Amino acid sequence: MAIVYQRSKGLTDVETHYCPGCTHGIIHRLVAETLEELDILGKTIGVAPVGCSVFAYDYFNCDMQEAAHGRAPAVATGIKRVLPDKVVFTYQGDGDLAAIGTGEITHAAMRGENITTIFVNNAIYGMTGGQMAPTTLVGQRATTAPLGREKNHAGSPIRIAELLATLDGAAYIERVTVTSPANVMRAKRAIKKAFELQLEGRGFTMIEVLSTCPTNWGLTPVKALEWLNENMIPVFPLGVYKDITKEEA
Amino acid sequence: MAKELWKGNEAIAEAAIRAGCRCYFGYPITPQSEIPEYMSLHMPKAGGVFLQSESEIAAINMVYGASGAGARVMTSSSSPGVSLKQEGISYMCGAELPGVIVNVMRGGPGLGTIQPAQGDYFQATRGGGNGDYRLIVFAPANIQEVVDLMQEAFELADQYRMPVMMLLDGMIGQMMEPIEWKKPPVSPDDLPAKPWATTGTKEGRAPNIINSLFIDPEACNVHNQRLEEKYRRVIENEQRYETNDTDGAEVIFVAYGTPARLARAAAGLLEKEGIKAGVFRPVTVWPYPYEALHEVAIQDSVKVVVTVEMSTGQMVDDVRIGVNGIKPVSFIGQAGGVIPTPREVANAALKALGR
Repeated sequence: MAIVYQRSKGLTDVETHYCPGCTHGIIHRLVAETLEELDILGKTIGVAPVGCSVFAYDYFNCDMQEAAHGRAPAVATGIKRVLPDKVVFTYQGDGDLAAIGTGEITHAAMRGENITTIFVNNAIYGMTGGQMAPTTLVGQRATTAPLGREKNHAGSPIRIAELLATLDGAAYIERVTVTSPANVMRAKRAIKKAFELQLEGRGFTMIEVLSTCPTNWGLTPVKALEWLNENMIPVFPLGVYKDITKEEA
Repeated sequence: MAKELWKGNEAIAEAAIRAGCRCYFGYPITPQSEIPEYMSLHMPKAGGVFLQSESEIAAINMVYGASGAGARVMTSSSSPGVSLKQEGISYMCGAELPGVIVNVMRGGPGLGTIQPAQGDYFQATRGGGNGDYRLIVFAPANIQEVVDLMQEAFELADQYRMPVMMLLDGMIGQMMEPIEWKKPPVSPDDLPAKPWATTGTKEGRAPNIINSLFIDPEACNVHNQRLEEKYRRVIENEQRYETNDTDGAEVIFVAYGTPARLARAAAGLLEKEGIKAGVFRPVTVWPYPYEALHEVAIQDSVKVVVTVEMSTGQMVDDVRIGVNGIKPVSFIGQAGGVIPTPREVANAALKALGR
């Protein structure tokens, strides 16, 4: 019998701790497939964040470092500067990257650090139980915004892809999502392109992936996908925000 | 070999390169900015990595990543900046990563002053970050000792897989002294392999993971107990100290760094007044040479033990532990960048003697 689908070689053979319906699993798989297809698993070092994907070091089948909260881009910088011929990526959530780690991500992008960041944006702090994130939508409820995020109190969501795209060091920045098979395929192409550009030494690459959190949003997995499409995409439009290869053309 | 005149901060940077360090991350802060300045010019010449980070937090996390990738790596800062590094130092201890952290201490708390002080003793020896951890902390008292200890600092860091701190007061960083380069330079190619480092699996081994997370309480306890066992070995094997004229002394000064030099001058003043005084100087302030101090203090001749610090009294706690009540322990110190004079130190001893 022909095998048409199986676990990627880029993932270890363990069960993840992710909640049912969470899209982290899909995103992990897309990264793992990319590493496998580019045949770089043996020369890749990943950096895990603090947040829901804190255990990513157990799931990716390559060398991994677990960073302090928000510091993954600094840790990745240290690795890449020592091992410039290796592939280095960070996998970070929105609390990690867009709140406590804004300094590290911004300056890694500014330096054109030749690393790839997978930025999983689900508009909430998942691991700690649904607190307001800098990406939480205005009006969206969170355990620290029980009446919904108030613009006059907590501001409006931060758009990281747009922000980092202003930096010369950024080579490729795209926002994707994984709410449909077509979107998953687009996300895969974006992630692969980012790693390919890193292999070419083009500079900092980041793929922001809009992701669901059924548990803390209080929605079923299917409803969560719908909520993302209807509410998050208008605030965080999908698309390519920076493409150094297009600028050169 | 002929002696060369070196500024402390530049000497420590050069000593690191000679010790085989090929990776430096740092952020400017007075009074240690000559270290990143020197590194920015000389590290690339040595084929190494210099990077000025966006913050001390980023710098120590770059050290974490580079160390995890197998590099002999260093960062430096001064007191407020070292406070920012505490998170990364705790993570390095948890993940068992080697590295050298230089603290050229200035006055505090907060922004304090840029003048020399020793107010970070508790932070260095008790752990300024979270969790049960220790650092090996060297406290050199002159620039020759700074460069002599540098190679050992990197070696111990690698041997025990833990960070080592070089704890200098700003005086040592800023002054110039003649030194000799006694040890031959270390080539990074000759360093022992680090099979635990994340350098890529080449798909020939299981992934290496650098990590300080042990979510299961039992596993976290086992991890802590294992770290503690390592720290016990450090305590047993790595205590360093120096004594000057302590045999048969009536007064024992205990001091590290610049105050140890003041204490020797004060001992000279007392000698002229017919009082025999000696200096006990810990070279490692963690592990602290408690037993060696106790042996000195227990002598029949010793009437008082006088601790001298450029702080309001921090190491004096360790002196009391070492002396353990067998002799009176007193303290003389100035903080915030004021340095006690030898006369003040000698007078403190006279007061302790009741004269």
